[in-house]
Amino acid sequence: MDRAADPLLSVRAMVLAPSKTIAFVVMVVALVVAPFFTYPLFLMQAMCFALFACAFNLLIGYVGLLSFGHALYFGWASYLSAYSAKAWGFPPELAILTGTATAALCGLAAGSLAIRRQGIYFAMITLALAQMMFFFALQAKFTGGEDGIQAVPRGTLFGLIDLHNEMAMYVVVLVIFLAGFLFIYRIVHSPFGEVLKAIRENEPRAISLGYKTDRYKLVAFVLSATLAGVAGATKAIVLQLASLTDVNWPMSGEVVLMTLVGGLGTIFGPIVGSFVILLMQYKLAIVGEWVLVIQGVIFVACVLLFRRGIVGELANWLRIRL
Amino acid sequence: MFEIFGIPSTALFGQLLIGLINGSFYALLSLGLAVIFGMLNIINFSHGAQYMMGAFAAYLLLQYSGIGYWPALIVAPVLVGITGMIVERLFLQWLYKLDHLYGLLLTFGLALIIEGVARNHYGSAGLPYTVPESLQGGRNLGFMFLPNYRAWVIVASLTICIATWFVIERTRLGAYLRAATENPSLVRAFGINVPRMITLTYGFGVALAAFAGVMAAPIYNVSPQMGSELIIVVFAVVVIGGMGSILGAIVTGFGLGVIEGLTKVFFPEASNTVIFVIMAIVLLVRPAGLFGRGG
Amino acid sequence: MRTTLGLAALAAMLACGTANAQQVNVKIGVLTDMSSLYSDIGGPGSVAAARLAIADFTKTNPNVKVELISGDHQNKPDIGSQLANQWYDVDKVDLIIDTPNSGVALAVTEITKQKNKLFINSGAASSDLTGAKCSPNTVHWTYDTWMLANGTGKAIVKTGGDTWFFLTADYAFGHALERDTMAAVEANGGKVLGKVRVPINTNDFSSFLLQAQSSKAKIIGLANAGGDTINSIKQGAEFGIVKGGQKFAGLLVFASDVNALGLATAQGLTLTETWYWDMNDANRAWTKRWQAERNAAGKFPTMVQAGVYSGITHYLKAVVALKSAADGKAVVAQMKKMPTDDPLFGKGSIRVDGRKLHPAYLLEVKKPDESKYPGDFYHVRATIPAEEAFRPLKDGGCPLVSG
Repeated sequence: MDRAADPLLSVRAMVLAPSKTIAFVVMVVALVVAPFFTYPLFLMQAMCFALFACAFNLLIGYVGLLSFGHALYFGWASYLSAYSAKAWGFPPELAILTGTATAALCGLAAGSLAIRRQGIYFAMITLALAQMMFFFALQAKFTGGEDGIQAVPRGTLFGLIDLHNEMAMYVVVLVIFLAGFLFIYRIVHSPFGEVLKAIRENEPRAISLGYKTDRYKLVAFVLSATLAGVAGATKAIVLQLASLTDVNWPMSGEVVLMTLVGGLGTIFGPIVGSFVILLMQYKLAIVGEWVLVIQGVIFVACVLLFRRGIVGELANWLRIRL
Repeated sequence: MFEIFGIPSTALFGQLLIGLINGSFYALLSLGLAVIFGMLNIINFSHGAQYMMGAFAAYLLLQYSGIGYWPALIVAPVLVGITGMIVERLFLQWLYKLDHLYGLLLTFGLALIIEGVARNHYGSAGLPYTVPESLQGGRNLGFMFLPNYRAWVIVASLTICIATWFVIERTRLGAYLRAATENPSLVRAFGINVPRMITLTYGFGVALAAFAGVMAAPIYNVSPQMGSELIIVVFAVVVIGGMGSILGAIVTGFGLGVIEGLTKVFFPEASNTVIFVIMAIVLLVRPAGLFGRGG
Repeated sequence: MRTTLGLAALAAMLACGTANAQQVNVKIGVLTDMSSLYSDIGGPGSVAAARLAIADFTKTNPNVKVELISGDHQNKPDIGSQLANQWYDVDKVDLIIDTPNSGVALAVTEITKQKNKLFINSGAASSDLTGAKCSPNTVHWTYDTWMLANGTGKAIVKTGGDTWFFLTADYAFGHALERDTMAAVEANGGKVLGKVRVPINTNDFSSFLLQAQSSKAKIIGLANAGGDTINSIKQGAEFGIVKGGQKFAGLLVFASDVNALGLATAQGLTLTETWYWDMNDANRAWTKRWQAERNAAGKFPTMVQAGVYSGITHYLKAVVALKSAADGKAVVAQMKKMPTDDPLFGKGSIRVDGRKLHPAYLLEVKKPDESKYPGDFYHVRATIPAEEAFRPLKDGGCPLVSG
């Protein structure tokens, strides 16, 4: 069995690798410089999805739990953030907090149900719960149903920074993204993270060592849901809308695709994956009809041939950990 | 007639019968999923797309070869089953040694491809397919008008479900299959061609989905997205029933169809969430599913 | 010598100057659904219609240079919104047209207002676009939910269908259709005997059809769309609803849906549209050209695609009158000032709330033996004049309407 070919089975944990620091610096520089070359709104949307994918990756890459219904937290955070900004007049920082809190609560509720099962069963339960909440979103009045919540005001951050200014908005999104990323990094490279990885490797052994694995899994789940919520809430403010697309299961599928393409279980993989997939969606939007098919082909190709994903393959080739 | 909770009993019995009919589709589809998962440990996310392929095959057979409904009931599943076997040989066989989730992701990707290609070629609105002459019309049962076709659906799916259960649980072939899943090397040592059995099993599961598709074509809209709309509900059914259990899939399929039917009468707005709510409750009370073998 | 050169230079400059003053550059973006549910209704067909409109217009106005791009919003407001922003900011698009999806349309209308560009919505149905969410930069072409509800509702009641039962898709669009149709039915002396709310994307309508059957209403109103409508009618045929004397009223039905049902199942279905390819020679001729452009002899254009042609034609006329496409609000004002006239929709006008006015037609699906050739779907049963077809100006709640 080729352990190296399956990123879910590799174990080594390095805390502060120079390769990761370099990669981080490269990423920050790229993101700071990019808005002068690329359309900033696209970059902001990509960063929101990148954070979403990183949050998802926390569960699958480091705990070994495939959540197939992550759109639940992203989407509902997006709705609550949009609604609180528009209907309740919350300033953006409160709106994002509201969305995040919503996602955390949903994560707690869904997690306590889903954790009872493992592997495929876990995935199916998360999917079904997400579907249930999708139908709820469809019928609830405040979500605007098919139309979604439109014309969400961007507002003024902390009463000081006018977010209608694209550059100001960009800086805010960049800060949120980097903060989220560093938070995940910290979780992964901490004693708590080590236990998570131990659970992924061999849960019975972790239990026999005295760890209450269910509690660890639930905490990881809630953290993942909360961070997905941050992404969703921010996206609602950036794009100024929240819609059913955010809670529907193709969105859950997309975040899986982003992480798979980028590299499951690598810290930078989901970021690369989300940028690639989003770029593809927009480039293909001009061509039109083949988006779904191409996404499917990429899924199949990645699973069969390219399991490490872009970052994983790169790291393997350079013999470093990313 | 008398009333139950404010609904006339005629309406109630009518809805119960309809629930049974819907349950037949749930049962057929979750049966295919349960066979594939129970025997192969693969979550076949393309099940919905293969169901759609069955319906499309029925349409194409009629359109281009004049093959009508009755022969299509056999020909379409066979054809789609063969494509399933090709998929297994080409793609799935490399994934058995890996984590289960890769099988799920691959079949998910396949589903996207199949649905996308169908939509690009045929559009999204749908294709016409009518109830065959011999099954048109219906009879007035007093409490409702039962279309003949719906009665046929119940009969056919019950037959197939029971036959499948019997083959897998009570015959030697089924025993080989079950043994091969638990301990492939040992069964191989007995001279049984395990990879071929696995391929055939996957093909059979896919054929079951396609059979459901042919049955659906006359009454549900034959469109590229017909499978993806149904598949999530079917997954919930399978989770409730217990993922590896054939009997569980059948009983839960019919049972949930009835419950959904009743919900449509008393509380129609909730009828598409009731199955998920039940799933949540079952998971709280019996995490392995109603008939599940645990894990 | 210097004078001759000077004069020559002056002449050259003047010549260039005049040429530049007459040359008008416009960029149009068709934002539509290419790969999902509405690809038949809008999609590549809309792009083909746009190309025809541009070709026809530039033939008679050679000084106008029009560039066309298209994009797939995949029915996702996020993508639609991102594309609209990008097209306006980076690609310098002046007009966005089509958007068969109300969520996307509402997002685009907002962005268009912020950037002072122009949006012609041909595909989405929400009557809010000329109501509460109306905008000085948006024109709502082709159809909307109010027109559908009123056209079908009123016309059917007038022809004797005075008792109704509603099968309503349980989301905002379905509710809006039901509410507007109910109002039209009751205002014209009809009665609503009952209704049932059905979750969207329901596969099986048998329970709900049974309820409709037992209500004994003459008309079963389908306040839903797409696959839901098709399934309702298909299963209705199974349960012998039409044979039993009841009729279906489709509140949002396109020719592609009728195609999916087949005439045997759909016969007798009543619906309202504002354009039908087989209604007159001009439409038929245009359809042939559309099929050639689209390279699809077996497909037929929908009213949404015809609306794209008509909308672009009128827009370009307004741009030529103003000699520039830069100020979206000004061009819309010009479009409202000029009456519309094109081979497809005939004569019409655009109201102050952005609502394009044209007649609507009550159509009935033919029986299979009445259909003589592919695409021959409908009888035209009645014409609803433009003044009656759309919601009265004062009822919309549009802030642009004073008083």
